[in-house]
Amino acid sequence: MIELISAERCIGCDLCIRVCPTDVFDAAAGGGVPVIARQDDCQTCFMCESRCPVDAMYVAPLRTPAPADSVHRDLDRLAADGTLGSYRARLGWGHGRRPPRTSEQLYAIAGLTGPER
Amino acid sequence: MTPRERDPLRVTTDVLVVGGGPAATWAALAARAAGAEVLLVDKGYCGTSGVTASAGTTHWLVPPKHRAAAAAERDRRGAGLTDPAYLDRTMDQSWRRYQPVAAAIGYPATGYFRDVLGERHLVQGPVYMKEMRRRVRRAGARILDHAPALGLLRDGDGQVRGARGVLRQEDRAWSATAGGVVLATGGCAFRSGALGSHVNTGDGLLMAAEVGAALSGMEFSNYYGLSPAGAAMEKNLYFRTATYTDADGAVVAEDPDEIGAMVTGRVALMRARLAGPLYAVLDRTTPAHRADLRAQTANAFLVFDRLGIDPFRQRFEVDFVLEGTIRGSGGVRTLDPSGWTGVPGLWAAGDTASREPLVGASSGAGAPNSSWTVASGSLAGSAAARHALASATWPAPAAGTGTAGVSAGRTRGRRPWRDVVDTVQAVMLPMAPNAFRSAGTLAAGLRRLDATWRELRELPAGTGRQQVEAREAAAMLAAARWVQHSALARTESRGLHRRLDHPGTDSAQRGHVLVHGVDHPVVQRIPAIRKDPVR
Ligand SMILES: Cc1cc2nc3c(=O)[nH]c(=O)nc-3n(C[C@H](O)[C@H](O)[C@H](O)COP(=O)(O)OP(=O)(O)OC[C@H]3O[C@@H](n4cnc5c(N)ncnc54)[C@H](O)[C@@H]3O)c2cc1C
Ligand code: SF4
Ligand code: SF4
Repeated sequence: MIELISAERCIGCDLCIRVCPTDVFDAAAGGGVPVIARQDDCQTCFMCESRCPVDAMYVAPLRTPAPADSVHRDLDRLAADGTLGSYRARLGWGHGRRPPRTSEQLYAIAGLTGPER
Repeated sequence: MTPRERDPLRVTTDVLVVGGGPAATWAALAARAAGAEVLLVDKGYCGTSGVTASAGTTHWLVPPKHRAAAAAERDRRGAGLTDPAYLDRTMDQSWRRYQPVAAAIGYPATGYFRDVLGERHLVQGPVYMKEMRRRVRRAGARILDHAPALGLLRDGDGQVRGARGVLRQEDRAWSATAGGVVLATGGCAFRSGALGSHVNTGDGLLMAAEVGAALSGMEFSNYYGLSPAGAAMEKNLYFRTATYTDADGAVVAEDPDEIGAMVTGRVALMRARLAGPLYAVLDRTTPAHRADLRAQTANAFLVFDRLGIDPFRQRFEVDFVLEGTIRGSGGVRTLDPSGWTGVPGLWAAGDTASREPLVGASSGAGAPNSSWTVASGSLAGSAAARHALASATWPAPAAGTGTAGVSAGRTRGRRPWRDVVDTVQAVMLPMAPNAFRSAGTLAAGLRRLDATWRELRELPAGTGRQQVEAREAAAMLAAARWVQHSALARTESRGLHRRLDHPGTDSAQRGHVLVHGVDHPVVQRIPAIRKDPVR
């Protein structure tokens, strides 16, 4: 489920409103951070997060909303440990990145240099 | 009517493609290549919407010299219901069309993936569908996002001549007149929560049936995918390396989903899950495999990492999620590999079409389905273009169809079609009665669904987004009724369709169950194409 949009990071570009396939977001009245208007329509597909140009969004891996005290609602932690934006980076999207074209690039982008022990 | 509804967006085009997944984008590209003007309308956003964009799929890529053997193997797994012409065209088209795209934007499969899949390029789902959108636009097709179709339009001769729908983010209606229409709205998973399937409510099935197309193989629609519990990530490949245990840690099965079990459902695991919680650990892996899985299944490991699970060492709870016709094979009956529905002007592509000609009674999971999106999309797009361009002008559509659940009355309070969806899900989602069927539960389910259909006919549907939700509820309900009718009619077990009261396979029933009609579905049996099944 989409859980969080970082107001600090969001630049109000409204891209997430366009690309969310299930129409979860509404534009904020007067611009700014989009509103998660229909969370129950979220299908946990990570598409919005993968397109947000400033890594402001967090989709929790669960199909049901996370409780308020969940780690999946702790924006500071998710920003600090690099979780925000991690899927976009994995796909090779974002400034200075490219989707992998060789196995070396693929493993490097996944943070692997050799076999996983 | 709101003011915006009185002033719809009107478009005229040669070919209208309804949908925005792989089947739809391949159809749009082929129709443009044939010289047609193309409008593509997607319920969501073309590029992120549908199952492929979020799941990422492997395709069925068979070198020419291995195709005869591959076709025979498919028919064996599909219990004698496949059609050689469809198998040939699908292997040929996906080999020639998909591979160059994968080679242009993907990476070579390595290690575990090369061992399982052979030499090929792989592309992550979001990257593939972003590229398909780019190609469709570059080819000069027009795209309308967030523009779900609600119903088809016909001319006085009964030819399909377009569709109408809603621009849901603008609360405005749209109406498109076209020379030919390709329905590529995906399958139906009854809003089970399966990855990327929220848009897949079977709208194309209902629209096609409303203009007289038949459904086929709807009994093969009870595929349950396996996901980490509570998540939506039913990826098959890594589960092949798992050991499964019950609550006490006793081993339930090791590697149960080699291809055989995967295509007809993991019966041993489903029974274990019905008895209690089920756990998996991906411990049948070497260190090199682990790196391969992590690197090449980005979305699955995103979920494990966020759940804080090390799936190679820690047992994690897993659960089954219904994938309906998506990884099943039922859908609109087509008369040739271009997906012609038999209704003039109307083609069905991808999961909207029945995939029985490819996979028979088994699941289309694991490659044939994706290759079919490429083949059926491309062939349908060119056929619709030829059809549209053959007549210089065509009569304006006279009549709209698609009335179930869309009367224009206002709604007050709780939206009544939410109750419709609840009923559909109560009947269709539980695994015990649907993976293991019997006449009694099927008939009881059907009675509930029939009663709900009569109520739905009376419900006011509101406007804009509400109309869309109402039509989605109607489509899921219609699909559910076709499933129950078909499953009742097939009094044997074959592939995905398991009847507790008819456990054996009956050679006299080697054929297709068709259903016609929306208000009063009628079942028809026809023989299989192949005189002798492959053994
Ligand atoms: C988790 C998972 C993994 C899978 N992995 C594989 C695999 O490895 N190999 C394989 O072969 N298959 C796989 N499949 C199946 C494969 O994903 C599908 O067969 C494929 O996506 C079908 O493509 P499609 O274009 O027909 O439908 P979809 O990709 O589902 O696209 C349907 C499109 O239609 C649009 N739409 C729906 N209703 C309307 C409407 N009323 N108006 C306008 N637009 C509408 C949707 O928004 C969407 O854009 C998998 C399925 C799942 C669930
Ligand atoms: S895509 Fe990101 S930056 Fe743009 S509006 Fe959405 S959250 Fe804000
Ligand atoms: S995860 Fe998918 S469905 Fe949910 S808000 Fe993001 S794009 Fe929309």
